[in-house]
Amino acid sequence: MTLLRLDGVSVRFGDRAVVDAVDLEVAEHEIVCVLGPSGSGKSTLLRVVAGLQPVSAGRVLLGDADQAAVPVHRRGVGLMFQDHQLFPHRDVGGNVAFGLRMRGASGGSSAARVEELLELVGLPGAGRRAVASLSGGEQQRVALARALAPSPRLLMLDEPLGQLDRGLRERLVVELRSLFSRLGTTVLAVTHDQGEAFALADRVVVMRDGRIAQAGTPLEVWQRPASEFVARFLGFENVVPATVSGGAAATPWGKVPVPAGAPEGERRLLIRPVGVRLEAAGTDGLSCEVASRTFRGTHVALLLRPGAGPVLEAECSLAGAPAVGDRVRVSFTPSEVVVLPDGP
Amino acid sequence: MRDASPKAGGRATAVRFALMAVPLAFFGLFFAYPVAAIVGRGLKTDEGWQFGRIGEVLARPDIAGVLWFTTWQAFASTVLTLLVALPGAYVFARLEFPGKQLLRALVTVPFVLPTVVVGSAFLALVGRGGLLDELWGVRLDTTVWAILLAHVFFNYAVVVRTVGGLWAQLDPRQEEAARVLGAGRFAAWRRVTLPALGPAVAAASLMVFLFTFTSFGVVQILGGPSYSTLEVEVYRQTAQLLDLPTAAVLTMVQFAAVGLILAVHARTVRRREGALRLVDPAQTAHRPRGRSQRILLGGVLLSVALLIVAPLAVLVERSFDAPGGYGLGFYRALQDAGAGGGTFLVPPLEAIWNSLQYALAATAIALFVGGLAAAALTRRGGSFVRGFDALLMLPLGVSAVTVGFGFLITLDEPPLDLRTSWILVPLAQALVGVPFVVRTMLPVLRAVDGRLREAAAVLGASPLRAWREVDLPLVRRALLIAAGFAFAVSLGEFGATVFIARPDHPTLPVAVARLLGRAGEMNYGQAMALSTILMLVCAVSLLLLERLRPATTSGEF
Repeated sequence: MTLLRLDGVSVRFGDRAVVDAVDLEVAEHEIVCVLGPSGSGKSTLLRVVAGLQPVSAGRVLLGDADQAAVPVHRRGVGLMFQDHQLFPHRDVGGNVAFGLRMRGASGGSSAARVEELLELVGLPGAGRRAVASLSGGEQQRVALARALAPSPRLLMLDEPLGQLDRGLRERLVVELRSLFSRLGTTVLAVTHDQGEAFALADRVVVMRDGRIAQAGTPLEVWQRPASEFVARFLGFENVVPATVSGGAAATPWGKVPVPAGAPEGERRLLIRPVGVRLEAAGTDGLSCEVASRTFRGTHVALLLRPGAGPVLEAECSLAGAPAVGDRVRVSFTPSEVVVLPDGP
Repeated sequence: MRDASPKAGGRATAVRFALMAVPLAFFGLFFAYPVAAIVGRGLKTDEGWQFGRIGEVLARPDIAGVLWFTTWQAFASTVLTLLVALPGAYVFARLEFPGKQLLRALVTVPFVLPTVVVGSAFLALVGRGGLLDELWGVRLDTTVWAILLAHVFFNYAVVVRTVGGLWAQLDPRQEEAARVLGAGRFAAWRRVTLPALGPAVAAASLMVFLFTFTSFGVVQILGGPSYSTLEVEVYRQTAQLLDLPTAAVLTMVQFAAVGLILAVHARTVRRREGALRLVDPAQTAHRPRGRSQRILLGGVLLSVALLIVAPLAVLVERSFDAPGGYGLGFYRALQDAGAGGGTFLVPPLEAIWNSLQYALAATAIALFVGGLAAAALTRRGGSFVRGFDALLMLPLGVSAVTVGFGFLITLDEPPLDLRTSWILVPLAQALVGVPFVVRTMLPVLRAVDGRLREAAAVLGASPLRAWREVDLPLVRRALLIAAGFAFAVSLGEFGATVFIARPDHPTLPVAVARLLGRAGEMNYGQAMALSTILMLVCAVSLLLLERLRPATTSGEF
């Protein structure tokens, strides 16, 4: 069942459309992550749903009810702000209890709920602590507990892990995912970090300049980026113009095999780094010079400079990785080649 | 985030206008109207407006002399105050030493002292029969130095609070970054700290210039017949010579000058609200390190002792120096209505209760009006809002004498016949209290992150509830401090009160001035005793404020 529906929602600041005719649906118990670079309008989208940002056009429906006339405090949604916005004049418990008090909960019942939530986010007994004494990760947990406390029908997270360091982020994203699936929470999150989005979401929505560039499961988006923008945003650099015909594409790198059934004509072509194979010396293939070599833990990332065409990214295992300055020959794996659907 | 829809924008404007309505009405009725009436009475005759009088008055050599003196003494006072107070600002901001809290409260005492008391304190120090006269036969009360020193005494706190408040919060790491990049100690200060402080120094200078340009009580008492500022001249022309046209012209001249100063001030304040990295002042202060810092600390302590403590101490000493030897003789005399030789209808001691009651009422009015104004100004807006901001500051500079006299001639007929009402005095006092309330509240209100309010709204708080749960707790301390300042300036207000306080209900400053105006040792001693009481009341309220000083906001006073 659809919990949240956006119907052609637009937000304009002056002449500039920050959110441009966006249609989006979030089903109950679903975790949807809006992914996009900064300035793509994703935070504004959350503010629209919360009612903090009036729309210029379109409708916001929560549980099939139009929210146009519903003020922020009656929408029953939760929003975790990017920088948490904990109330500095209240302690941790006071922050978590805030939403419960606003709903008229009595002191006794809310105290039990606060403790339950602090336990849930891994901060048992922290109720009396001052907000200023918390570390970034702890603040994030308190903000989450505060947003979860009134049991909102939709929980929205704005860059939930943006300010945390990498190790903590990777651990928390796993914790969040299992927490939400255990509680059955419906979540709409926004982030600029694709790793975070893919790890957290059932469905990913990529935004660009206020419009939706692609929506799908993390796997779909990863395997079949809908455009050069999405591909490059996901971190792929091997994107070139190509003419596709008869199972192969003519590119600046020469002839590249494409998967069966790929669309033909003037297209743009993505070759994932794993699809760039290093061949044994003496075989034919594109001749390149190794421009740089970066150790990435599980593999080695190479930047190859071919005789013609742009620099090519490749991946290989640590054993047998060429040195900088070596000449190598490469060929392409068709299954790792994607003909991007949006034309030249 | 800006409002996207015109409807929401319109609503915000409507809210702003609703908040401004009360302050606008208040200032219109109790400030603009009386002042305009006085000016009108001076310049309008049966044959219509006599604008030619402006030229005539300004061409008079005595008036030109007053203008020249007013300007250059204000300029000299400002420069002198900066020279003495800037090292003080540094010491209070960056050095940690025992008794700092108490000393900071102490240097602020003069600012809220009634000008009459400041005048009498300096008279006791440098006047005829004063301490310096007794010790070395030095008298300064006939020279301009007494006025300049009293102005430094009076405005020291303005610089220490405005500049020091910001200085304490500047991130020292900015200077450290410059040092690491190769700047010497002085170069780092000059290129990093000074530019950051610049607008605050400018704002403080302009405030000092404004206060000294419109100086009344100090010049009235210390200036004698030879030195007269515009404000004193307005009083002389109005109350003694009954020359309303001249007073009206001078009021307008002062109004124009003050308007100009405030316009420049508004510009510097706006620049000051730029993006500075501010930190908790507790982290920036340290114990003095090295010889130069200890010498600086010593110098500042010495200048505070000589310039601020000494006049206050002499004042207290004189109040106990009764004819029959040291004792409470003058204080006892205050309980007796006849002791002043018929100066009073009531025992002078009653002035204390009058003053406290008036000041409490004035504080309530100032908080209400100023609070609404500050709330309206919190929402940043166009030039109209900025104009409103400047308008609120005008009462600080416009002749209080004119306002007081204006009250008498405008609020004396129905529907606003307040002549016999006690509320008249608090209304006039609230006029000078409001700017302080606005100046104290505004930075704090503006510092409240709008997204905290949004967070409360998302969690289910209605707009009113969000204000109560988020804004109010965060600004409560500022509110108390604003109340304290409003209380102190109401207590000390003299220029307007002297016209409108009823003879059987004098306030403390009015009683002091009346005692000083009479010859005789008994009157002088009682004036000193009353001044001491007034000073104590101010000091106690300030000490309470000092405890409430918010850690992270830089108020302007």
